Amino acid sequence: MIPALIIVFREVFEAGLIVGIVLAVTRPVPHRNRWIGGGVLAGVLLACVVAAFAGALSNLFAGMGQELFNAAILSLAVVMLTWHNVWMARHGSELAGELRRAGRAVVEGSKSLLALAIVVGVAVLREGSEVVLFLYGVLAAGSDTSWSVALGGFAGLALGAVICMLTYFGLVRIPMRKLFTTTTVLIALLAAGMAAQAAAFLEKANWLTAMDNVVWDSGWILSDTSIPGRALHTLIGYTDQPTEMQLTVYLAILAVTFVLMRLYGAPAKAAAIRS
Amino acid sequence: MSLSRMLSSATLLAAIALVFVVFAADAENAVEIQLSYKDKKFDPAEIGAPANTPIAIKLRNLGAGAMEFESKTLHVEKVVAAGGDATINVRAQKPGRYEFFDEYNEKTARGALVVK
Repeated sequence: MIPALIIVFREVFEAGLIVGIVLAVTRPVPHRNRWIGGGVLAGVLLACVVAAFAGALSNLFAGMGQELFNAAILSLAVVMLTWHNVWMARHGSELAGELRRAGRAVVEGSKSLLALAIVVGVAVLREGSEVVLFLYGVLAAGSDTSWSVALGGFAGLALGAVICMLTYFGLVRIPMRKLFTTTTVLIALLAAGMAAQAAAFLEKANWLTAMDNVVWDSGWILSDTSIPGRALHTLIGYTDQPTEMQLTVYLAILAVTFVLMRLYGAPAKAAAIRS
Repeated sequence: MSLSRMLSSATLLAAIALVFVVFAADAENAVEIQLSYKDKKFDPAEIGAPANTPIAIKLRNLGAGAMEFESKTLHVEKVVAAGGDATINVRAQKPGRYEFFDEYNEKTARGALVVK
């Protein structure tokens, strides 16, 4: 039971962190539970589909289907997160202000919610398909211990939900005004980390072979497979052996986010100050 | 405003596309190693490869269930369906012993790649 708990917990840990952050980010937005819940549900359903077709998926692209699939959905999440940040830079103050009373916030807010629901769905999908494969394998084997293992698996899922709640309640303690800045930085780092991860998957698929020298090896200080290492891996994209390409992609996404927020966020802020 | 938003998405996509430019696969000079997995055991349990050369592990899962090939030191993780084949690309490594395992049976299903 305990090994199963650990396996499942390791997989859902990352998704738990991401869902917690997204819940905190969307706190002021009406109807957010429906969207985020929808994202989680869609992620679970897609995870089952991906697990069912795991064999077919890996055979795509000369056996590199899994890596390319992961790179693709991570890139999608990066686009959604960055778009959310840029959108919030423009509309964040409106959202908290009079627009909310006018009811337009529901319409405007739902655009950003869709982006974040996709991010949540992607996080659940990525980790979830492995959990589904593992639990299915155990139950299909039908040995005496399978129920105990399944029980451990579900306990692991529950622990993942606890991580999600801890993240959420930790973040919502931050005052509203500071929460915006905090979550903007959190989301930018999350996006940059995911982009670097996508680059790592493309490197594993041999689709990306340039700049593949390892820049540093900090595994002796903090291994990215330890629990604190994994948390940092999810939150800020920490890797103990990043390649030049991963580092470049990471910095490029941070730069792009910064530039886009400056370019498209400024007018709304100026308007808010004038009014 | 929607135009600027479209422009921003376009800029972002262009930036990502630029970064993710696909380079020609450089897999020809990789050393291929055959490995199979059955009844929670790797066969052979120890594989060897030359140092400073990319490695391609050709893994065949002969078991009845899916497995997840993982190595913390090699930084690889890959799900292999029951009866499925998989190629695991490993970048050139320094000499050393790199352990790998089936994540679903971490205690028993273990093997190692020895790079010389």
